[in-house]
Amino acid sequence: MNSHVSQEPKIALSGISKSFPGVRALHQVSLELYPGQVTALIGENGAGKSTLVKTMTGIYQPDEGEIRVGGNTVTLPSPHDAFQAGITAIHQETVLFDELSVAENIFIGHAPKSRFGMIDWRRMQERATTLLEDIGAAHISPETRLKDLGIANKHLVAVARALSINAEIVIMDEPTAALSHKEIDDLFELVELLKSQGKAILFISHKFDEIYRIADRYTVFRDGEMVGKGLLSEISQDEIVKMMVGRSVDQVFPKTEVTAGEEVLKVSGYSHPTEFADIGFSLRKGEILGFYGLVGAGRSEIMQALFGITKPSKGAVRVDGEVAVIRSPAEAIEKGIVYVPEDRGKQGAVIGLPIFQNVTLPSLKATSKNGFLRLAEEYRLAREYSERLDLRAASLDQDVGNLSGGNQQKVVIAKWLATKPKVIILDEPTKGIDIGSKAAVHEFMSELAGQGLAVIMVSSELPEIMGMSDRIIVMREGRIVSEVENNEDLKAEVLVRAAAGIGEEA
Amino acid sequence: MTDLNSESRFIPDTLVKPWRTAVFSWPTLLFVVAVVLFIVNSFASPYFLSPWSLSDATFNFTEKALIALAMALLIISGEIDLSVASIIALASTMMGLALQFGVGTPGLVLIGIVTGIICGIFNGFLVTKLGLPSIVVTIGTMSFFRGISFIVLGDQAFKGYPPSFSFFGQGYIWWVVSFEFVLFLLCAFAYYLLLHRTNFGRHVFAIGNNPVAARFSGIRVERVKFILFCLTGLMSGVAAVLLTSRLASTRPSIALGWELDAVTMVVLGGVSILGGAGTIQGVVIAAFIMGLVTFGLGLLNIPGIVMSIFIGALLIFVIALPIVFRKVKERRA
Repeated sequence: MNSHVSQEPKIALSGISKSFPGVRALHQVSLELYPGQVTALIGENGAGKSTLVKTMTGIYQPDEGEIRVGGNTVTLPSPHDAFQAGITAIHQETVLFDELSVAENIFIGHAPKSRFGMIDWRRMQERATTLLEDIGAAHISPETRLKDLGIANKHLVAVARALSINAEIVIMDEPTAALSHKEIDDLFELVELLKSQGKAILFISHKFDEIYRIADRYTVFRDGEMVGKGLLSEISQDEIVKMMVGRSVDQVFPKTEVTAGEEVLKVSGYSHPTEFADIGFSLRKGEILGFYGLVGAGRSEIMQALFGITKPSKGAVRVDGEVAVIRSPAEAIEKGIVYVPEDRGKQGAVIGLPIFQNVTLPSLKATSKNGFLRLAEEYRLAREYSERLDLRAASLDQDVGNLSGGNQQKVVIAKWLATKPKVIILDEPTKGIDIGSKAAVHEFMSELAGQGLAVIMVSSELPEIMGMSDRIIVMREGRIVSEVENNEDLKAEVLVRAAAGIGEEA
Repeated sequence: MTDLNSESRFIPDTLVKPWRTAVFSWPTLLFVVAVVLFIVNSFASPYFLSPWSLSDATFNFTEKALIALAMALLIISGEIDLSVASIIALASTMMGLALQFGVGTPGLVLIGIVTGIICGIFNGFLVTKLGLPSIVVTIGTMSFFRGISFIVLGDQAFKGYPPSFSFFGQGYIWWVVSFEFVLFLLCAFAYYLLLHRTNFGRHVFAIGNNPVAARFSGIRVERVKFILFCLTGLMSGVAAVLLTSRLASTRPSIALGWELDAVTMVVLGGVSILGGAGTIQGVVIAAFIMGLVTFGLGLLNIPGIVMSIFIGALLIFVIALPIVFRKVKERRA
C-alpha cells in the first residue's frame, strides 16, 4: 500500500507572488503537496496562508509564479477551474448551502443526470449514502437539511463532497477550530483515510499538537514569504515557532500574583431552560476566573446571559452587592459588565467601520457632547487604548476588516476597556490568533487584573486556562462540576476528567 | 507593553489627505453630473434659465426628496420602507376626511403629519417587535394603507381645501423661493446633522454594517430602527401635506409609484442598497439631478414614459460608472 508515497508532488506552486494595493501578501512562495501525505501550512495570522489558499482555489490570480498539477502547468482563472483540476477546500466555516439537503450539497454542480438531462434523485441519494458510509458518517441522512447539522457533521459533508468529485488535493483550513475533542478525533481518522487513498492534503492549523499528530511535512510562512519546509520528524516545535515569528517567543504565561480585592460579581441559582442550570459563582477584583469545559458545555451561554444577550429563566446577579437586572447589552455595559465574544467577525468587530469608530462605539456618550460627535475626542480615546494594546495598523481610520485576526481582537478589547468596566468577560480570547498577538492578549489580561479589573476567561485551551487563571470552574452539560484554586499542585488531568465526566461513578 | 516590542508604534489618525477624499467622492461625481445636466438643459431650452422656471423645477422633486432623506437613513441601517407613497395617500385621505368635518388648516396639517407617524409606528412595530423582514412588511402595508384610501374614496376625490392651506404646496417665502424648497433645505441640513454628526447617526452606520456586533456593543438596535421607521412615516406625512396642498385635492391614486422614485434618489445618491454606507450630501444632489432631468425633458415636451426610461438609464449609468472605472484600472494594473 505504500506505492502512493512517491516523491513526485501532486501539486507544486513556485515563485507565487500576489500584491494588493499597499500590501504584499505573497512574495515568491513555493509549496508542494505529496500524494498520501499531509503537509501543514504554518504561520502567524497575516503570513499569507489564506491568500495562498485562495490562489490555489481560483479565487485570486497570482501576479506571477507557476502552478503545476500532476506535472502540467495550469492556470486557475476561477473556482470552477480549480474544482476541475481536482482541488477542493474545507474551510473554517465551510461554504455549503444551508437550505439544501446533504445529498444536494455533496452533488451540487455535478449531480447524476437521468436520460432526459434531469437530476436523477434516486441515484444521487444512493451515491450520497455510499459516500457517507465510506467516511464513517452513516449517521448522517442524505435527506437532512444542512442547517440542521452541527459544524463537525458539516465538515463530514464537505469531505464527502471532496470525494464525490474525486478531488486529489484537499485543503483543510483550520477544520478543527469549532470542534470538540471527540469530533477532532473523528476528523483525523478521516484524514488518515484520505491519506491512504493517496490524496495530497494541506492542513492549516494554529494548534501544534494537531499538526504533530496528523502532518508529515511542514511549510512555514512569515510575512508573505516561505521561510522553511521539510519533514516534521526532523524538526522540533521550538524551531518551527522560531521560524514563524522570526524571534523566540516566551512561552511562559505572564501571570502575576494579585491579591484579590472585594467581591464584584455574584451569580446564584442562574438557570436557562435548555443551556445551563443552577450556576453559582463569585468574582473578586483583580481575579482571573477561568471557565473550562468541552465545546457545548454551556459556558458561552452563561456569559451571553450575563451580558444580556440571552434570557435566563431564573437566578440572581449582584454587581457590587446590588441586584442587577440585565436585559440587554446596553444594561450590562451600564452595570460595568462587558463581553468579548468568541466570534470576532460576526459579534465583535463592526467590519466596515474604521478602527476608531469601533473603539468608541460603546463610549459615544462620553466622547460626544449633547449627542453630537466630537471626532477629536474619539481619535484621542482610540489612540490611548490602541497604544495600550500595541495595535498594529496603518491608521486609525482604516477599516477593521483589513486587520489581522489578532489585531481585530485588540480593537474589540480596546473598545471595552474604553468603557472602564468592572468585569470583563473574554470568550476564547486567543482562538485562531497568532502567537505574537496571543502573548500580547495574555500579558494585557494580567495587567488588567493587576489594576483591579475582574476578569472571566472562557477557554478550551488547557495551557491557557492553567497559565492564566487564579481559580478555575469546570463545566459539563450546562452545570458546574468542579471549582478549584489554581496552584502548582493542580494537575491538568483533573480538569480534563471533570470536563469529560470520566471516573465519576467509580 | 510586550517584551517583544518594548515601545508601541505610533498610529496616525488618517493617511488619506482630506482634499483627496473630497475630490474623489461620490457626491463630487454626482455634482459634476448635475452641472452637466444643468448646462445641457440651458442649451436645450431657452426657457430653462429663467428664475421662475428653475423655481418650478424644484417642485418636481422636493416632496419626494423629503422622503428620500429619511429613507436614506433607513436603507443605511439595512431596512427599507416601500409603503411611503401609500402613507401619503392615507394621510391625504385623513386630511380630506377631516376637511369634511370642517377642520381648519392647522388641524389638517397636524392630522397629515400624525397619520404619517402612526403609519411609521405600525411599520416599525411589525419589523422590530415581531422581527419580520421590512421589505415584506412594507410591501404589505403599501397595499394596506392605500387600500384604506380606496375604500374611503372609491372613485371620488376630496376637494375644497381652504385657501390658507394652499401656502404649503404653492406659497413662496421670498420672490421665487418656495416654502417647499426652503423646508427641503432645512430638513436636508437637519438630516445631515443627524446622520453625520450625532451618536444616533453613528449607531445607524454601525447597525447597517453589522447588526449583531452593534447589538453586542450595547446599541439598542431595535429602538434605532423603530425611530427610523417613525421618521420615514413623519416625512411621508409632511410630503402628504405639501402634495395635497399643491394639488388642492385628494384622490386615492395620489403619489402612485413614488416609493420607487424615493429609493432611486437614495441609491443614486450613493447609499449602499445593502446598508452601511452613504451620505446625505449625495442624496440631496441626486434629488437635484432627478429634478433637472424630469424638468429638462418636460421643457422639451418629452412624454412621461420616456422620462422614466431616462431615469432608469441614468441610475444604471451612474451606478455602473465607478465599477467600470475600477475594472479598467484593474486590467491595466
